Amino acid sequence: MDVRKTYKLFVNGEFVRSESGRAYRPNGGGVNVPRGSRKDLRDAVRAARTAFGAWAGRTAMNRGQILYRAAEMLDGRSAQFVELLGGGVRARRELDQSVETIVWYAGWTDKLPQVTGTVNPVAGPYFNFTIPEPTGVVGVVAPEDSPLLGLVRRIAPALCGGNVVVALASETRPLPALTLAEVLATSDVPAGVVNIISGQRKELVPWLASHMDVNAIDVAGCTDQEIKAVEESAASNVKRVIKIREEEMSPYLIAAFMEMKTVWHPIGV
Amino acid sequence: MATALSLTHLGSLMRGVRSVDEVGADERAASLAKRSIKKSSKLWALDLAIRCMDLTTLEGQDTPGKVAAMCAKAIRPRPGDATIPSVAAVCVYPLRIADCVEHVRGTGIHIASVATAFPSGQSFTNIKVAETEECVRAGADEIDMVIDRGAFLSGDYQRVYDEIVAVKEACGNAHLKVILETGELGNYDAVRRASILAMAAGADFIKTSTGKVQPAATPAIALVMMEAIRDFVRETGRPVGFKAAGGIRTAKQAITYLVITYETLGPDWMTPDRLRLGASTLLNDVLMQIEKERSGAYQSIDYFTVD
Repeated sequence: MDVRKTYKLFVNGEFVRSESGRAYRPNGGGVNVPRGSRKDLRDAVRAARTAFGAWAGRTAMNRGQILYRAAEMLDGRSAQFVELLGGGVRARRELDQSVETIVWYAGWTDKLPQVTGTVNPVAGPYFNFTIPEPTGVVGVVAPEDSPLLGLVRRIAPALCGGNVVVALASETRPLPALTLAEVLATSDVPAGVVNIISGQRKELVPWLASHMDVNAIDVAGCTDQEIKAVEESAASNVKRVIKIREEEMSPYLIAAFMEMKTVWHPIGV
Repeated sequence: MATALSLTHLGSLMRGVRSVDEVGADERAASLAKRSIKKSSKLWALDLAIRCMDLTTLEGQDTPGKVAAMCAKAIRPRPGDATIPSVAAVCVYPLRIADCVEHVRGTGIHIASVATAFPSGQSFTNIKVAETEECVRAGADEIDMVIDRGAFLSGDYQRVYDEIVAVKEACGNAHLKVILETGELGNYDAVRRASILAMAAGADFIKTSTGKVQPAATPAIALVMMEAIRDFVRETGRPVGFKAAGGIRTAKQAITYLVITYETLGPDWMTPDRLRLGASTLLNDVLMQIEKERSGAYQSIDYFTVD
């Protein structure tokens, strides 16, 4: 029997229809995809906020293991993803690069503090050091091109540092992102750590940008005009707006989602 | 002041309590919970929810400092925003009444104290009466008593009734709220019986739960109790208030109780004199919803005072 799949949003570790009951057909294709509403976004941020403490509190080693597991699961489903990405050599390359990206960031979890942290010489009886801490809930607007790799390249560095993610899938090609949710759901990533919403960007981005409980927003998929609007809304709670257009993997992308905390530890008292 | 009923009268009163259509009550409560309250109506409802709120802390670890912080929050829920009203009352354990008196005097906020061996109610009647008197003397002007569920469930309605009458007398001018602890009563029929019993014995308010037992307040239980109030008022002409307590944590839940109250008891009950919402962690969610309506942006708990 031919079972037609109903694609769902991924919120709090669950596959849900949009609260609004709406769906859309990307590119006029034959597949219905949920058209997420601002309330789906609200639920996703709430789930992410709840999941943040435990995810950030895990050891770097454990976060690395979980990310690595996600890479394994993605690789295990490679045939499905290659088909979703249009087949052929290009699709295969995008899938392979996605797996490699996750593996690469999985390796970074326990090296980040050593590389980006510092010991600061100060004039006083203090041991002064700076370490990176996750910023919190990160909104990610996935790029429209390379619907899988584009998203993976933005969420993997955020997760690596201990952040939690609410991601908007590519509007025109959301299926790889929604299927990536199935990979994450089966790979020990705790519920709420990654939430993936599909829908219309112009409908959702303003709510994400103005949400007071979102600490940073990655505007990889936004046009210059959209970025300007996002930056204006983000000012309300001094959200970090991440505009790095890094195509390759980079520790600076991890650091972009981190806050550097400095500790003054008295010595000799 | 209710006069004590004789045994035969109480018996006929209890026999006269009709049974509750459980499926019907659940359905109606569920349909009322689906009402959509938006924009200016939502702001009005949230404002009312704050004005009807009994800000509560009932923990063994309550200290004078914790109570002082709660009183400050009760007086001015959103520092810097005078458009947010004060809550109706603060609700504490007897030993913390004095701390409340110190902090809310002259603000119009009532001081409610739980009494009568809260939360179980399993103690001697004379101790319960003495505790109530002490609470009133310490400065409480509202007493939240619990009924003796052991007696009620074993059918000893007279004992429950007499105890409420005695506590009501000990209250003097203080308002008496009678907690039925519906989560322990078993079914809606018993809830309705206990409601009628408490009102006949002189309760000024009937209240769902202590908050120490699950399930606590549910919309259907609230509906059953309010229908008992409605019938009691029709019969006797004495208005009795309703307090929902336990498990009310979101603005949405609070609005559901307001809708049920409006639809069951009418606009006369949409006032802190007749409706209360007991809660320890509801206020910030209501404040966040108000701010969301006003600013158009979803809010973060980081920008609100700790409660």
